[in-house]
This record gives sequence, structure tokens and C-alpha cells, in this order.
Amino acid sequence: MIGYIIRRVLLMIPTLFVISVITFIIIQLPPGDYLTTYIANLQETGEEADEALVESLRVRYGLDKPFYEQYFIWMRGMLLRGDLGQSFSMNNKPVTELIGERVALTVVVTFFAIVFTWIVAIPIGIYSATHQYKVSDYFISVLGFIGMATPEFSLALLVMYFSSEMFGVSVGGLFSDAYIDAPWSWARVGDLLVHIWVPVVILGVAGTAGMIRTMRANLLDQLEMPYVVTARAKGVSETRLLVKYPVRVAINPMISTIGWMLPALFSGSAIVAMVLGLPMIGPLLLRALMEQDMYLAGSLVMIMSVLTVIGTLISDILLAWVDPRIRLERQRS
Amino acid sequence: MSRRKTKDEKLYLASQWRLMWWKFLDHRLAVFSCCVLILLYVVAVFCEFVAPCEPNKRAKERSFAPPQTIHILHEGHIHWPFVYGQTQHRDPETLRLYYSPDTERRIPVRFFVKGDPYKLWGLIPMERHLFGLGRVETVNDNGETITTVTRFNLMGCDRLGRDLFSRIIYGSRVSLSIGLVGVFFSLVLGVVIGGISGYYGGRLDILIQRFIEVLRSFPQIPLWMSFSAAMPATWSQLTVYFFMTVILAFITWTSLAQVVRGKILSLREEDYAMAARVAGRKEFSILMRHLMPGFLSHIIVSVTLQIPGMIIAETSLSFLKLGLRPPTISWGVLLQDAQSVSAIRLYPWLMWPIAFVIVAVLMFNFMGDGLRDAADPYSH
Repeated sequence: MIGYIIRRVLLMIPTLFVISVITFIIIQLPPGDYLTTYIANLQETGEEADEALVESLRVRYGLDKPFYEQYFIWMRGMLLRGDLGQSFSMNNKPVTELIGERVALTVVVTFFAIVFTWIVAIPIGIYSATHQYKVSDYFISVLGFIGMATPEFSLALLVMYFSSEMFGVSVGGLFSDAYIDAPWSWARVGDLLVHIWVPVVILGVAGTAGMIRTMRANLLDQLEMPYVVTARAKGVSETRLLVKYPVRVAINPMISTIGWMLPALFSGSAIVAMVLGLPMIGPLLLRALMEQDMYLAGSLVMIMSVLTVIGTLISDILLAWVDPRIRLERQRS
Repeated sequence: MSRRKTKDEKLYLASQWRLMWWKFLDHRLAVFSCCVLILLYVVAVFCEFVAPCEPNKRAKERSFAPPQTIHILHEGHIHWPFVYGQTQHRDPETLRLYYSPDTERRIPVRFFVKGDPYKLWGLIPMERHLFGLGRVETVNDNGETITTVTRFNLMGCDRLGRDLFSRIIYGSRVSLSIGLVGVFFSLVLGVVIGGISGYYGGRLDILIQRFIEVLRSFPQIPLWMSFSAAMPATWSQLTVYFFMTVILAFITWTSLAQVVRGKILSLREEDYAMAARVAGRKEFSILMRHLMPGFLSHIIVSVTLQIPGMIIAETSLSFLKLGLRPPTISWGVLLQDAQSVSAIRLYPWLMWPIAFVIVAVLMFNFMGDGLRDAADPYSH
């Protein structure tokens, strides 16, 4: 098992390298750089950009260097000092300082979305499978399909609309006004927990719908197995029979879904955060991209990808840990 | 007995595609979805004719006019479907326009009425619309006759008084086609790269598979956002449209490539592939002539299931102002008007495009489900 984990971690290195290169290329794609945007902004307000100042800024940001050198500077800072570069548009603040809390909140929201998905999807999936072709099963299926078909942003819009129309509550934000800029305290955490469920539910819906389908299909496969018939013939009670064997087997493959859920959740969280105005990665990335704030945008894309890779690793390890078949197969080979 | 036998015989003699067709027809929901989709695409093709109004025609006096409901009951009597006229008045304090139905004025909804002139597919000049309220001819003080088209706003108007329903119909042309074009690119990339990967195998295969894994660990929306941000503002509508389809295909081809690769790897070990090899067929012609038909149906299924994702992606990106942009009309572009809580609280009808997105995506999912079952006609 440890050998397997080590091998997987080592395999991550080339993956992350390629990801960083692609990210950097994409960030560099827009014509011009931050300074051209900067000059254009100045000209819009009627000011003339000082040639010498622009030139000195270019040297200071390293924008005069060739492409690959800029990449190495970025990588070196990141690997050696955990320094993600500086943001051009926000007073040269270090990127790490700007994004720390936002990344943390994104991870928290995503984590809760996964927990929500599991807690909701598995019981409903079991119910749906044991009531196959009943009215309730059809109802759940239809609801699930609609959930999968609704884009996150429109769900966010609908939630915003109905909560303000019916309950008179505005759902934007992750904190009450009093806590937005407050330092972390237990009260602030409590405030976060009061607000967090809205984005968590919106994010979780699509995944939940998909997972109910998978859980239902997996369990239906198991329920046909001879061992279920045997257990029933031996007089095991239905509930015990269900929970003890088929459900456990049916849940196993679901663990691997965490791997592909993560990119979808990060994508979704970016959109939901922009619609609801949450202090998460999405809105900051949008702004950084618009202003060609290269290191900020690059770091955000990079962080999301790294989190995805790590998430996939965790789900693979969990899978091997939970499922003896996979574990044994790896030991043999 | 004899009838039973002929039915069995038919089953044995039927080609693979015929079996799939039968099996697809058994899946009622999928057939129904297929019909709805055909309807949607027909509407998209003939959008100029179906839309009751010209989508870019502004009408200041109809700014944020609410939807006009179609009634059939008036004072206890059943009538041909009609709408009530709307009267408007301005709140003197907030300066907001208010509309209220004028139950005195009944305007019947007619089919094939003359309305705004348009050119079908930008070519054929026409005047008739599928339905509408018709035109009124009035004589003004100078003795000239003026024809005014009675506006029919089934789903209300936007800020500039443009008819939302007509705009949604026009938007369907862009939103529904972008999925098809995007999937086409994704298909080409997926089949070629997946084919190479499965066909040559070895190191090249490992390299391609690793690359695919890397691409898949990028969260799609942020990646698409970065690409969209790279679009120069000066690009024409058409260029932006094609660029969008290309970036939509940029990630989605990977899953197709994996399907193709997996199928080639498993099918090339089949006895009939070996037989062809022994008979002296070239590897490439075995691939095209013998293996290809074996996984074509699976490709069709994967492709169908990708289209809804692309529609959602286009809508989401355009909604965030990162995709298509006005004056292009697409469902996502229309939803840009519905971005703030205040807007959707005052004018909830601006959310109508969402319903169209959901229906289109839902129908594609159902149809894809039916196709997936049908693609394996021997499973039962």
C-alpha cells in the first residue's frame, strides 16, 4: 500500500509539470501584457503614460524577458519559496496573500458539497433501487434528470429569485455584513456556516443527481446477485441484508467518482461564486483574466488543477483502502 | 406459432443497425425526446418565420413590458385564442413604466399573419410569421396610410423593448448549433488521436494517455474562462462563434478519444480481426473496414451525451460575458440581462431562456440514454 502511494505521488510530478506549462501558455495567450492594459486604462482616463515609467515597470515585473525565462522565474519562486509572484493590478500584493482565504473558502465549500452529495445521494439511491419502477422511483429519476440538466448559474439565479421573493432574504455572500472583514473567530465561523449552505446545495445538486443514478444502478446490479438470494433464503432480515452486503459493495465504485467530481465542482464553484458574489476563487480569476494580471490568474488556475490532482490521488488511495480486491490485485502485480 | 417464428426469423436476419433502431423505438422517453429535439432544431432553422417579431427591433414604449398571456375565456364565453391589449402608465416618482391589461381590447392571435418583414436565412424576403397579432393600417392627418405591426410579447420584453420570445427563438439557432459544431470538432480530434493511440500502442499510447489525464485534471470552466479572455474584442461575431466551438472541444475530445482507444484495443483481439489479418489484410484497412463498424455506435452515443454539456457551457460562459457577446443572440447572451437580483425580482420573465436550456439539455440526456441502451442491441 505504501509503495503504491509513493508511486502515485511520484507520478504526480510530471503531471503537475505539464499542467504548469499549459497554464502558463494559456495565461500568456491574450495579445499584449498587463502593461498594455495598464496603458490603455490610463489613456481612457485621458492621461498620458510615462514611457520611462512603463519601461521600468516592464523590467521590474520581468515582462521584458523571453517567455521561457518568465516561466522559470515563476516556477522557481513557487517551488523554492512558495511564492506565487505578485499581482500587478492590486498594488503589487503577493498573490499568496490575495488568494489564501479565497482558496480556503473554495476548498471548504467544495468539501461540504461533496459531503452533501454523499449524504443525500446514497440514501435516495438505495431507496430508488429498492423501489424500482414504483411511482416514487420515477419521481426521483425525473427530479434527478432535471437536476442534472440545470446549469449551476441558473440554479443560483432561481435560488436568489425565490429566496428574495418568498422569504425576503438575500442569499448573496458567505458572511453577514458585520463579519466580512472581521478577523477569524468562532463567531465568524458560525456566521459562515449559516451562509454556506446556499452555495453548497446549488453546487451539490448536479452531482447528487448523477450520483443517485450511479448508486441506483450499482445497487440494482448487486441485488440480482446469488449471494443476496442465499442470504434471504437463510432468513436474514431485509434491512440487515441490504445494509450489510449489497450497499457496501455498491458504495465502493462511488469513491472513485470523487476524482471526476472535483474538476466539475471547481468549475461549478467558480460560476456560482460569480453569480452569488462569494469571496471565492471564481470572481478573482475573472478579474485577473480581464486585467491580464498574469501571475494572479495563472496561480489560480494552477491551484485549482493541483487541488484536482490531489483530490484524485486521495480518491484512488481511499478506493484501494476500502476495496480489498483492488488492494490485493496491486500487491500481486 | 408461425407468426412467432417469423418474428424470430426477422430478429435473426436483421442487421445490427436495424436491431438498434428497434431497440431505440422501445425506449418511449428517448423517442419522445428525439421528437422534441427535432422540433427545436426545426424552429431554430426557421427562426425568422417562427418568431413573431424582429429580434432587434427596439420599442421604447414597450421597455420591460410583461408577458401577454393568451386567453380563451372572456366574460364567460369561449373565444378564439386572444390577448388583451396593454395600457401603460409611468409612476411619477420612480419614473418606472407600469403595464396593466386592458380587458376592453381583445386582439385575436392568428396564424400565418403578416408582420415585420424579414429575410429567411438572409436570402428570401418574406412577411408572414407563424403566428402574431397582425398589422393595423391607420390613416394619419396627412392622408398617408401607416401600417403598424401590433406587438405580441409572449414572454415579455427586455429593457429596450425587444420581444424576448422572438429573441429566444433566434437564440436557439446559435445555442443549439454551437453544441453540434463543437461536438464535430471534438469528434474529429477524439477519433484521430484516440485512433492513433489505440492503433499504434506502445510509448505513443502512454504519452497520449498521460496527456489526456493532464487535460482532464483542469477544471473546465476556469480553463474556458482563460481561453475566452484571450479573445480580442475586435473579433467578428462569426470568429467568436467558431473560437467558442473550438475551445469547447478542447477538453471534451479526451473522453471520445478514450472510448475509441478502448474499443480498438479490445476489438483488435477479436477472432474476426485475427481472421482478417491471416487473410492478408493490411492493419489500417482492418481498422477501417472491420473494427470501425464495431465501435461506431458507441461513438454516436458519446457524441450525443456531449452535446448537452456544450450547450450548458456556452450558456454559462456567455452569461458571464466570457463567451458570445451582443449583438449575437444566444440563450446565454439573453441571460446576461438577468444577472442581478433586482432585475429578476422586477422582471422575472427575463429568466425564460433558462427553461429552454433545461428542456434542450434534458431532451439530449434522455435521447442519449436511449441510444446508449440501443447501441448494444445484443445485450438482452
